[in-house]
Amino acid sequence: MTSTPSHPGGVSVRVRGLRKAFAGQEVLAGLDFDVQPGEIFVIMGPSGSGKTVLLKHLIGLEEPDAGEILIAGKPVRSPEVMSQYRMAMVFQSGALLNSLTVGENVGLYLAEHRLKSPEEIARIVTEKLEVVGLKGTEERMPSDLSGGMKKRVAIARALVIEPQLILYDEPTSELDPLSSVVIAEEIVNLKQRIQVTSLVVSHDRDLAFGVADRIAVINKGRILTIGTPDEVRRNPDPLVEQFLHASFKRL
Amino acid sequence: MFQNVGEMVILFWSTLLALPATWRQRQKVSDQFFEIGNASLLMVCILSFFIGGVIALQTGPLLVERGLGSYVGGVVGFSICKELAPVMMSILIAGRIGSAMAAEIGSMRVYQEIDALRTMNISPIHYLVLPRLVAIALALPLLVTFAILVGWLGGALVCVANDHIAISFAAFFSALRDTVNVQDVANGVFKSFAFALIIATVSCHQGLITRGGPRGIGRSVTKAVVNSIVLIVFSDYLLTRILLK
Ligand SMILES: Nc1ncnc2c1ncn2[C@@H]1O[C@H](COP(=O)(O)OP(=O)(O)OP(=O)(O)O)[C@@H](O)[C@H]1O
Ligand SMILES: [Mg+2]
Repeated sequence: MTSTPSHPGGVSVRVRGLRKAFAGQEVLAGLDFDVQPGEIFVIMGPSGSGKTVLLKHLIGLEEPDAGEILIAGKPVRSPEVMSQYRMAMVFQSGALLNSLTVGENVGLYLAEHRLKSPEEIARIVTEKLEVVGLKGTEERMPSDLSGGMKKRVAIARALVIEPQLILYDEPTSELDPLSSVVIAEEIVNLKQRIQVTSLVVSHDRDLAFGVADRIAVINKGRILTIGTPDEVRRNPDPLVEQFLHASFKRL
Repeated sequence: MFQNVGEMVILFWSTLLALPATWRQRQKVSDQFFEIGNASLLMVCILSFFIGGVIALQTGPLLVERGLGSYVGGVVGFSICKELAPVMMSILIAGRIGSAMAAEIGSMRVYQEIDALRTMNISPIHYLVLPRLVAIALALPLLVTFAILVGWLGGALVCVANDHIAISFAAFFSALRDTVNVQDVANGVFKSFAFALIIATVSCHQGLITRGGPRGIGRSVTKAVVNSIVLIVFSDYLLTRILLK
């Protein structure tokens, strides 16, 4: 099938002049950045700043109005990329298939592409569910799970693919602090184990500064700053400062 | 309503190109097939029985009065197998199964399940459309064959029971056999096969272009059913014209 990669390890991502408008409203207003193979690149930004739309472009679910996206130097969704690399995305909502059990969801990629025998798939599914702390939930239906559990199943489903590029949309947004730590560890583990390139969209500052090799802060479809966690922390731009240091005062 | 005809033709064509993958999707085809059967077999029986009955009731006394009693079986048998069973059953299935297809695929669209499939390199056409199209294309002709037989039976029983008609069972079926030949039945069943393709294509297409939350799903379901029925009736005329020769 199209899905046996010949290149182990992560891929580079290059984004140039990426623009997208919906109904005249500009959501991505010219983005340029590079992500190195095997890097964990965190994208932060306020709600509605276009982070999800950016990830959808990176995996080819949306067509840009202008600009280009290169995966390992080739256009995203070109036949070469599709046949040589595996990509996975963890959706903000989980996007589990509601008609399938948790186990079937997690094993879907392997089963549909006939990459493994049913017994092997069952073993891998059990293993990945254990990684995200959901051991023994194979037979449950997604509709019976909490938001955070769905998110973790979605992460397990992405782990199964063993991708060269993995996109996480708010992986910890519905999780308690303890599960968040587990997910953060797994993001780093996965990178160390298979050198995957990871793009993580998150508001979670602890997660961002905990796992990132580099961080980009975007606002209104533009990049405010890109750099290592230390560089971003020291960035004097008032918008960046505000975003990074906003906190509740007792009201 | 017809602005999407081009898209539907493309969807239908892509699904035909995917046909070689049917064997791999056989589990889903058989699931869909039995779902269609379970959901509609009883309805098909009841509906076709009464359609047969009412046609006998309408035409029987009229013909008998004029001394044409020996034609009743032919008229009832002919109209059921060539028109009423294929068209009415297809409309029933459009309402019963087409709506379910549009709702299911539409909600998968709205809740990003289809996006998720695409990120996994799983084609929605192979995974969703193909099994539904194949299943309904097998199931509907079978249901219609069944409906024709039950409809004839309904017509015959009414002819026996009604005092104004009073034709025996044997006389009804011998008249039917004189008028209706196997090709007429095949004709009707073939039409239902074409209608099955219409229902699946229209409903899956509506599902796939759903947008805008739960209300969007509702809109898609309504459109799938209405557009299927309009196209069924329209193509019924064309097919009849072509098959008439
Ligand atoms: N398919 C679409 N059609 C029209 N507008 C869209 C579409 N998808 C996104 N938008 C708009 O694009 C903007 C950015 O949306 P996006 O989902 O990327 O935000 P986000 O940064 O992910 O926010 P959050 O942190 O709340 O998830 C929003 O104003 C949204 O309304
Ligand atoms: Mg988002």
